Amino acid sequence: MSADVQLENVWVQFGDFVAVRDTSLTIQGGEFFSFLGPSGCGKTTLLRAISGFQEPSRGRVLIGGKDMAGTGPNQRPTALIFQNLALFPLMSVWENISFALEVKGVNKSVRRKKADELLELVALPGQGDKMVDELSGGQKQRVAVARALCAEPEVLLLDEPLSALDLKLRQHMRTELRAIQQRAGITFIYITHDQGEALTMSDRVAVMRQGTIDQVSDGTIVYDRPETAFVASFVGENNAFPGRVIEVTQGIASVQTKSGVLHAEVSAVSPLTSGDAGIVFVRPESVRFADPSALQNRLEVTVANQEFEGHFWHLVLQTAEGSVIRMSVMNDGERETYEIGSRIAVSFTAQGAIALAQGELAAE
Amino acid sequence: MAVWFRRFLARNGTMLSLYMLAAVALWMVLMIVLPQLFMLDFSFRHNWQQIDPSRMGGPDDVYTFVNYHFLAYGSPNNPDPFNVVDVTVFFRTIIAAIFVTLFDLALCYPIAYYLAQVARGGKARLLVLFLIIPFWINELLRAFAFRILFGEEGTINAILLSIGVLDQPIDFVREDVALYAGLGYAYILLMIFPIYNVVESLDKNQIEAARDLGASWARIHRRVVIPFAKPGISSGCTMVFMLSAGALAAPQILGGPSSLWFTQIIYQWFNTGSNWPRGSAYAIVLMLSCVLLVLAIMRIFKVKIGEIGR
Repeated sequence: MSADVQLENVWVQFGDFVAVRDTSLTIQGGEFFSFLGPSGCGKTTLLRAISGFQEPSRGRVLIGGKDMAGTGPNQRPTALIFQNLALFPLMSVWENISFALEVKGVNKSVRRKKADELLELVALPGQGDKMVDELSGGQKQRVAVARALCAEPEVLLLDEPLSALDLKLRQHMRTELRAIQQRAGITFIYITHDQGEALTMSDRVAVMRQGTIDQVSDGTIVYDRPETAFVASFVGENNAFPGRVIEVTQGIASVQTKSGVLHAEVSAVSPLTSGDAGIVFVRPESVRFADPSALQNRLEVTVANQEFEGHFWHLVLQTAEGSVIRMSVMNDGERETYEIGSRIAVSFTAQGAIALAQGELAAE
Repeated sequence: MAVWFRRFLARNGTMLSLYMLAAVALWMVLMIVLPQLFMLDFSFRHNWQQIDPSRMGGPDDVYTFVNYHFLAYGSPNNPDPFNVVDVTVFFRTIIAAIFVTLFDLALCYPIAYYLAQVARGGKARLLVLFLIIPFWINELLRAFAFRILFGEEGTINAILLSIGVLDQPIDFVREDVALYAGLGYAYILLMIFPIYNVVESLDKNQIEAARDLGASWARIHRRVVIPFAKPGISSGCTMVFMLSAGALAAPQILGGPSSLWFTQIIYQWFNTGSNWPRGSAYAIVLMLSCVLLVLAIMRIFKVKIGEIGR
């Protein structure tokens, strides 16, 4: 069973500090939904408001259409996976997993059987009698998932549960979590500051900034069609060229920047008009070496540095007036390296770039 | 051992290491081992010093079980099958000390939990201060204060009479209420702080996780907090039990006229009875019984001795 989660004008305040500001949102039953944002943006507070550890100062949280006000975390159809997992160190693995059944007074043999089933589900068969400390980080992770699933929640809440794992394991667990979600068929709400996690696993992503949601959409749209300067700069890497909009024709804005006039698509959601302060964003992978014929969005630059990252070369380029442009080139095994200090021309298409209103950028 | 010693020397320097080892050794031997050995030696001797000093060091000055025998069976012309007074007092003392320990545990666990997991910053510090300040007052004065509080014409009776709960004052001292309250209060800090120390290191998320999985508060404490706090609970209980079984001032001042604490009998043998060997035998029996009881209970609750030190 899975349930919708609705937030209606939710505010959470701690004294004068507003952690969550007037947030409304509907998360569909069975959806894998992520809240993505830098630390301190209020995403964990929002999760605690859904799980019941934090009552909203104003507004309502509804799960499966029922108002959750006054319903404690032990009464809600949610289960939370903590950032540090919070497994019980003095219980064996199977006792940890079946704790939710123990609470309901289910007898031991049934609990044991259920725990073994869940261990199968999370690919840890036969590990029930171990103590938690005997497991590796990834195994503990799975036990935490199994323990939460044992409560048969309609909504599973995950608070950056992968952040303690190393990169390889983290990537593996992403796939694993997504698979578990599809097998269990319940709503997953996932909190992370890691855009890779949010984009790979989620059906939809909400990008949060300072207690508000900037954009909610599926991963590709968040990445390709950001709606605010913050989303453009926080999700993935982006080169930013601030300037003033000269004109907008047929969805293409011409922006006067320090590097000359640049052309980029405007966002359909937050359009610009001439005279606005705008920023042209270009992803490093959208920057190309310029053909002699390419005249639009053409930049004469100096190679300042190059970094090798296996499947990509990352070039750091400098324009004549001193702004830095990052460019990523696929490593196809044929590329000759560019001498640092050599002068080249790069360009990008207007469709490969986006012009947005000026606003707060994500901190580097 | 040799490796440990070399590391210890390397870490602290030769002079400081030797000083520390010497100080600890001196303290152990002079303050703990030697006095106990003397007591042990005393307990197996006749009291010739008082009865007939001329027989000291003579052929009659031999080791004997006479003092232990006296504790069990009394004087040769005792008509009872065993030493009714002393043996009864002994068991009553042990049982009363267990009672005081359980009472303190019931009282202090919630306080320790509140301090460690619920109270924040300034409030917690204030509470700790309130707990500690009364102990700036001398133990004897505190005992006498309890006498005033619990006496037949004391504060508690006065209040209960004036609001009409009682129409006759209760002699709390005669009923031993004052004694138990005084003993219980005397050692609450020794119960609170070990439990506080352990519970404070419990990850709050564990409590929240248990709650999130549907557990009631009672179950959270039974399955998560108390198992985690076990080392602190054991060390608190051990200290309170040992100290209340061995207390002297509180029973002396707050005990009813008919109730005797075993330590008072020991004190009488040493002091008015002028029989150090017998007093030593009694003290040794009390100490060994307490230690064995504590070890037995620790075994039942599966607490390892190393955990207590944490």
